[in-house]
Amino acid sequence: MAAPLLEARSLTKSFPGVRALKGVSLSVQRGEVLAVIGENGAGKSTLMKILAGVQTADSGEILLDGQPAAIRSVHDALSRGIALIHQELNLADNLDVAANIFLGREPLRFGLLDHARMRREARKFLDAVGLDTSPDALVGSLAIGQQQLVEIAKALSTNARVLIMDEPTSSLSSREAENLFKVIGDLRARGVSIVYISHRLGEVNALADRVTVLRDGENAGELARDQVGHAAMVKLMVGRDLSQFYAHEPHPPGDAALEVLRVRTPAHPAHEVSLAVRAGEIVGMAGLVGAGRTELLLALFGATPALDGIIRVAGREVSPRSPLEAIEAGLALVPEDRKRQGVILQMAVRENISLVSVRHDQRGGFLDRRREAELSREMIGALRIKTPTDLQVAQFLSGGNQQKVVLAKWLAVQPRVLLLDEPTRGIDVGAKQEIYKLMEELARKGVAVLFVSSEMEEVLGMSDRVIVMHEGRLAGELPRAAATEEAVMQLATGGLN
Amino acid sequence: MSFVSLGSGSCGGMKKLLGIFSLLVVVCVVTAFASDSFLSGYNLENLVRRTALFGIISIGVAFVIVTGGIDLSIGSVICLVGCGLPWLLTTHEWPLPAALLTVALVSAGIGFAHGLLITKLRIQPFVVTLCGLLLYRGLARGFTADQTVGFGADFKGLRTLATGKIPIPFIHGFEIPAPVIFLLVVAVLAAVFLNRTVFGRHLLALGRNEDAARYSGINTDRMVVLAYVISSSLAGLGGVLFVLDVNSAQPVDFGNFYELYAIAAAVLGGCSLRGGEGSILGVILGAALMQVLRNMITLATTRNNIEFAIIGAVILTGVIADELVKRFAAKRRLARESAEHARGP
Repeated sequence: MAAPLLEARSLTKSFPGVRALKGVSLSVQRGEVLAVIGENGAGKSTLMKILAGVQTADSGEILLDGQPAAIRSVHDALSRGIALIHQELNLADNLDVAANIFLGREPLRFGLLDHARMRREARKFLDAVGLDTSPDALVGSLAIGQQQLVEIAKALSTNARVLIMDEPTSSLSSREAENLFKVIGDLRARGVSIVYISHRLGEVNALADRVTVLRDGENAGELARDQVGHAAMVKLMVGRDLSQFYAHEPHPPGDAALEVLRVRTPAHPAHEVSLAVRAGEIVGMAGLVGAGRTELLLALFGATPALDGIIRVAGREVSPRSPLEAIEAGLALVPEDRKRQGVILQMAVRENISLVSVRHDQRGGFLDRRREAELSREMIGALRIKTPTDLQVAQFLSGGNQQKVVLAKWLAVQPRVLLLDEPTRGIDVGAKQEIYKLMEELARKGVAVLFVSSEMEEVLGMSDRVIVMHEGRLAGELPRAAATEEAVMQLATGGLN
Repeated sequence: MSFVSLGSGSCGGMKKLLGIFSLLVVVCVVTAFASDSFLSGYNLENLVRRTALFGIISIGVAFVIVTGGIDLSIGSVICLVGCGLPWLLTTHEWPLPAALLTVALVSAGIGFAHGLLITKLRIQPFVVTLCGLLLYRGLARGFTADQTVGFGADFKGLRTLATGKIPIPFIHGFEIPAPVIFLLVVAVLAAVFLNRTVFGRHLLALGRNEDAARYSGINTDRMVVLAYVISSSLAGLGGVLFVLDVNSAQPVDFGNFYELYAIAAAVLGGCSLRGGEGSILGVILGAALMQVLRNMITLATTRNNIEFAIIGAVILTGVIADELVKRFAAKRRLARESAEHARGP
């Protein structure tokens, strides 16, 4: 085999409180589709950002055509033919397609923008990705799938030889995704190398020439085309048998703890959602990004109140207008964005843990500081939160420990219904497993658990029942026995059951 | 400890206090060398009195800054109250309790209105209080017809609240100005409120992360409104004491720029304009530093007109130094953690 087009050797990268990469290597051949897979927090995104010059590695080297290449900025990467297409697209909505493609590299004529040439050249690259919109169309007016193709056209216009795609299908409809796969096939045929990051194993199975698996910031293994298969990939990703990893036992569920009747959220006002979760039951919510899962949880929690419908907790109607009302009714939410909505980074662990319960543990408005210290000690012990002292500010804890602090905050008030939104996003495998155990334990104690996750394995592994959402509607419901990746994906992408 | 830092999480708080305290000492020593009159009892008394007065309004604005907001209307509230009180008492001959109650309600009401506009209509604090700055001074100039208002030779007893002095046993030539008592009461109440009550905890939480606070069931809007009420109320108290101190007020410039002195003191005292940080003691030290700087310029230079330039430069230096120290600490921390990781788990 010739020297790989792009090779990374022993890359390491640390952030405060977390070591994202612990010596990761990877190589891409010319005209190859290399899939990089791994659970959330495995280090995929960090690795890609380093290759694309968005971040620089602490140590390790990057080689292009067998030669060491210093990539210290996005500009370095682009000039060497490496382009990254972010999960969240980086396009200027208010500019037209041509302007976006040439953003920062606008062709000039007498010092002014050469619109004619921009349009002409843009057409060429749009054709290459099979997008037939006008170069004059505003990017904001295009569908997400089309915008993504604009991103790819933009990358091609920089003569990219390596295209890194980070979760490119996470917000695409199944038709858009299929179109994207076709474009990827065309690019490969033209000798462009693709690094494809995804946790949709079905896609990876269909597309990849080779698969590199990351786990916890390290190379977990590699699979050649003929070894690629669902079970093999999962095993490398989680590092052990699934049944062990998700220590799930079905519990005899009790009465309905949470009932949602014909609730409409501001995000999807055209659709009504009804569902129920029983005490002691763990229900997973699957769906694509933008399916309305987070919005539903926020409505149940009163953070963005529902437009109408009825929400009952333990048989009592609550329909919360604010998180405070929801909390009083026995609801708790571990939100999606841990750092912005979950922990208060600059506050001490102890103060974070007591943030909700402090309202009850007061003495005439004054803090009960002894009770606060006690509670924090208990929780740190029970949840095994790793922190030097509970006066440490939460910022310096690892993601997993921050998430445990958020959970501790809720356990302190003993909720009836625990809502979790992507509870294990961006945390390491060990902490993940502890959070799963905690969910199990709570269910055993009779708490109703409703969690949203984009990680298929997690949904399948942890749920007594899976609810799938699609474009703001409930697309279907699967009992544990019937919940397979294929069945869930079909519902999530709008296929008929 | 509660007096020193807001919340136990601010581990850098102590160092910051030491920093500003050292700066204060340095400026004092320099001024003492540059001018003989700096250490005179008369000058020190004035300095302490003004520090106490500015300390009170600075603590007020610190509450707003802790929530991540700003209050630009303080100087104009001081003008409104400072002109309004003598106007009610002398021009309209209101009884004293009625006049005091009125100015108290007006200043608290102003803060309440600010808070509602900021939380319910989601107008930026800068805009709301900037309009307040124009509005209240304009009103004061309107009802006084731009004429100086004052107490003349009356209300001597009331005025001792600001001008009075409390002798210290065995010490001659320096007596404690009365406003110091007000400052101490306000400071202790503020520190207890912030560090020992549930409301204070909620206020600090929302200043650091409003979303997370709201998601934890904290009524963030109510706390923000409360912060603006505290700010305006303390500005009102400051306005009363300022006008009692100087006996008369000219609506055109009474309290002019005081909001900036207050904000500067709060920032020097360690309140981050991004919210959630600060300490009451730091704010008082910041207010003292501002007054010593002004005093230094008056005593030690012949050019009073460069006052703003010097104050601006000192604050900027302080803020830059603070930022650099913060970055240095973050870097060192990262290096230490990487080293720990390299040694193994």
